[in-house]
Amino acid sequence: MKDLRTASEISTYILLAVLLLVILPLGLDAYRLNIVSKYLALAFVAIGIVLTWGYGGILSLGQGIFFGIGGYLMAMFLKLEASAPELPDFMVWSSVEALPAWWVPYHSFAFTIVSILILPAVLSFIFSYAIFRKRVSGVYFAIVTLSLALTLATILTGAQGQTGGFNGITDFNTLMGIDIISDESKFVLYVIQVLMLFAVGALVSLMIRSRFGKVLIAIRDREDRVRFSGYDTAMFKAFAFMVAAVLSSIGGALYTLQVGLIAPSVVGVMSSVEMVIYAAVGGRLSVPGAIVGSLLVGFARSYLSEYFPESWLFFLGGLFIVVVMVIPNGLSDLVDRLLARIAALWPAARKAERSMAQ
Amino acid sequence: MIRITRRHLMQSTAAGAAAVMMPSVLRAQPKGVDGNSVRLGILHSLTGTFAIAEASMVDAEKLAIDEINAAGGVMGHKIVPYIEDGASEAPVFAEKAKVLLRRDNVAAIIGCYSSALRKAVLPAVNQAKGLLYYPTYYEGQEIDKRCLYTSQEVTQSVIAAVTWMAKEKGKKFFLIGSNYIYPVTCNKIAKPTIAKLGGTVVGEEYVPLGHTEFSSIINKIKAANPDCIYSTVVGGSNVAFFKQLRAAGLDGSKITLLSTVVSENEIEGIGRDNAVGYYACMGYFQSIDSPINKKFVKAIKDKYGANRVVGDPMQCGYNSVYLWKNAVEKAKSFAPDDVLKASAGLEIEAPEGTVRFDKENHHVWKKVRVGRALEDGQFEIVHETADLVQPDPFPKL
Amino acid sequence: MGIDIIIMQAFSGLSLFTILLLMALGLAIVFGLMGVINMAHGELMALGAYVTYLVALFFERNLPSLMGIYIFFAIFCAFAATFVFGYVLERSFIRFFYNRPLDTLLATWGLSLVLQQFYRSTFGAQEVSVPLASWLSGAWEPVAGIQLPLNRMFIIGLTMVVGLCVYLMLFKSRWGLRVRAVTQNRPMSAAVGINTDRVDALTFAVGSGLAGIAGSVFTMLGSTNPGTGQLYIVDSFIVVVFGGVSSLLGTALSAFAIAESQTAIEYFATGTVAKVTILLFVIVMLYFRPQGLFAPKVRGA
Repeated sequence: MKDLRTASEISTYILLAVLLLVILPLGLDAYRLNIVSKYLALAFVAIGIVLTWGYGGILSLGQGIFFGIGGYLMAMFLKLEASAPELPDFMVWSSVEALPAWWVPYHSFAFTIVSILILPAVLSFIFSYAIFRKRVSGVYFAIVTLSLALTLATILTGAQGQTGGFNGITDFNTLMGIDIISDESKFVLYVIQVLMLFAVGALVSLMIRSRFGKVLIAIRDREDRVRFSGYDTAMFKAFAFMVAAVLSSIGGALYTLQVGLIAPSVVGVMSSVEMVIYAAVGGRLSVPGAIVGSLLVGFARSYLSEYFPESWLFFLGGLFIVVVMVIPNGLSDLVDRLLARIAALWPAARKAERSMAQ
Repeated sequence: MIRITRRHLMQSTAAGAAAVMMPSVLRAQPKGVDGNSVRLGILHSLTGTFAIAEASMVDAEKLAIDEINAAGGVMGHKIVPYIEDGASEAPVFAEKAKVLLRRDNVAAIIGCYSSALRKAVLPAVNQAKGLLYYPTYYEGQEIDKRCLYTSQEVTQSVIAAVTWMAKEKGKKFFLIGSNYIYPVTCNKIAKPTIAKLGGTVVGEEYVPLGHTEFSSIINKIKAANPDCIYSTVVGGSNVAFFKQLRAAGLDGSKITLLSTVVSENEIEGIGRDNAVGYYACMGYFQSIDSPINKKFVKAIKDKYGANRVVGDPMQCGYNSVYLWKNAVEKAKSFAPDDVLKASAGLEIEAPEGTVRFDKENHHVWKKVRVGRALEDGQFEIVHETADLVQPDPFPKL
Repeated sequence: MGIDIIIMQAFSGLSLFTILLLMALGLAIVFGLMGVINMAHGELMALGAYVTYLVALFFERNLPSLMGIYIFFAIFCAFAATFVFGYVLERSFIRFFYNRPLDTLLATWGLSLVLQQFYRSTFGAQEVSVPLASWLSGAWEPVAGIQLPLNRMFIIGLTMVVGLCVYLMLFKSRWGLRVRAVTQNRPMSAAVGINTDRVDALTFAVGSGLAGIAGSVFTMLGSTNPGTGQLYIVDSFIVVVFGGVSSLLGTALSAFAIAESQTAIEYFATGTVAKVTILLFVIVMLYFRPQGLFAPKVRGA
């Protein structure tokens, strides 16, 4: 069974590579491909959710927080570049006279990149380690993270002069002098994004199969026993949560680059819950499944709302209900089960299975 | 609904087929034009928070398109509306703008509500060298070269509103708004205006968007005891604010409340009883007594039911279609650049009266009015500017 | 700050307390007692609001002379409609998820999207206005300068009645006994002959019905549109979690604490500051008391 899952994961990766690097670029118009990259930015978050929720049993409804951190930090850099040497336009409207101190370092691209990686890592680790030490888990953790997402969105909306408020940060065209609006540069960004996604996906797949992954699964299934065996379970969970946070942050940064804006609504409660749904549709136990889920939900949203602008929410809501009711472990589980069924028809495999069982 | 789907599908197939079959000379037709029809994008929220306001704007815009088509179209071309749902989310607006501009290749887009959405759409419009008509009142601070603003920007309404209040109702002001750019900018302009008129501001409050609990704020207002409240609270919060203000005993007879975001459409949500006696400052009111407005209101009621009311954003959406049509006819071209050029100084007779694009700044000159809400949900116009008010998106304070 | 303002502020706090309590009561039963995370709870409130709207329309057209008391019928109808809807929902949907609480969250999220779109397609995207009986509009002025809104006084009274009913039902009735038995030990309850399925369905239906009452009453204070429910859902969850799941008293005390601090901070600072402060306060409190303020002392499972 285990080999089968690895095999199906690898084949999903291959199919995804063909789809994302050959079929979609050839088959879709440039603007559509740009929309695909929006879904792919969210796939980073979904991969993190597979790790924390699928394997760690930790459901966070606040992944938007870290997505937002990445997105806003990137946007701050881009906005400073776009408005240099003057202040960003929204600060001028809000009568902010001088650049706030916490904005100043974001003139530097290197600092921006480092903080996109480090800041969410540090914050998520400290926060979650403290919380997990207190053995807050399950629904409580979900609600606490949900409240945090709401808090962040409220602060971002409220502190208009510093964050752009409800409008968020928009209107930037260049990254270190390179135009990022044109179709060509969006395409280059897209390719980079896909490659990063595969790299990240492979990394998380390996993590899951490592000793760390095994402990994480054990914690998910029976935390007490793992703790009694002498493991610092809070440390393991916090680490998984940290990885997910960093992935979300990377996704957020890419999102800002591709979509050209970041706003509190992208950070808040609704979008945080939606991110979990991407992972749920694809299958919470499969990393490539998370990518497939993000793509599928994204496409469903886009096309349903184009063809049924007045009733697409029926279909989207219905889709979520059906997925959770009929295939609770998502599409990848459905595929795995199908594959297992097929493999069972094959005598050699059956023999192998039997020998493994013994 | 099914109609839209099928139309969408049929059109895209038909257009595709036509493109293949047509000789190359004809294929070089301008943006959005095929054969004897022209495509116009409509991009509003049909779902989500903003659908409350935007759904009816779509209705008004569709009415304008129907009227124009019935009268022979634009330069002989029938307008085909391409409607997309921006779902009240800025990233979705950006996405749908791209779909409209690059898949449907529309000649122009009419749409957006609130600056967050417009700002999300504009990069796509600029990239595709398209054209956006923005039919909602907003805070100014922007002249995008590919955007035409067909409602009042903030100085047009705020200065008129505050001046009228200070002259007629009293000089102690309390400013309250939702916490985002529009109210903040309104108040930024209101404050020096009030000071110039010899008035004072006794309080300035912002509530989070979606806020529904106003009792503490109302107590603050009572403690400050102003003559006038200038409100820029929006959306569902606005309904809560009006209801609770009235319930707390501060109805229209006790205090002057004026809002620059409440039109007839909002009154329906607030409840007519709750709004009686409060004031609004808008470019348009349904009660304007002119033949052209009566015809417009009748057309809306005929098409969408006798219960429908018409508010300022609806009328501005309706005007936008006509402003675009007239600019096309003046330019004798559907090309966005020509339309933009032809729009400078363009003047039309709209339900609200004369509306004229400024020669330079892409905003409209228009009259501004103050209305008092009546029992029937309509406004009695108590003040009207003598002339068209100049738009000034970057005011010097 | 005069004495009049202090009195009105105290009243505001009391009023917000009852609003939060009414909002959270249904959820305290559904989530607190049953452990069902119903993200569509807000949409059930919206259902109550729309039922109220329909009842008001009906009275306006057919029984204009009784407009004054329509609200009582409306509250009853809102309760009945959401009760039935909740019952059906539990039987057809929720019951498949009892051992998967986090999945419930996702499925009901989908449900909330569907319901919102249903309201939008049925009632239009615009807000609908629900009329207020004349005897409830305006304020009571015991002395000059102090105005206490009548509709808020009505809500305070109603919440007390509803709260009392819930208390009596849960702690003094057979049904309540069964509910408490099932929540504490399902297999044992089944073993002693309690029809746990039926208890589940009824409990969920009562929780939903309470949401309907809340939605119905909130039409007096706020707006009614397809997205109304979204405004209440997070606040409700925070009240319940903060108070300690499975403790109704906790829910009440938590509603009280949040209401009082919110009104006070809002008066002395701003709405945004109040919201952020309270959220952070709740998060910090949950850190120190992970099971909520007033969790019953039981050994962890």
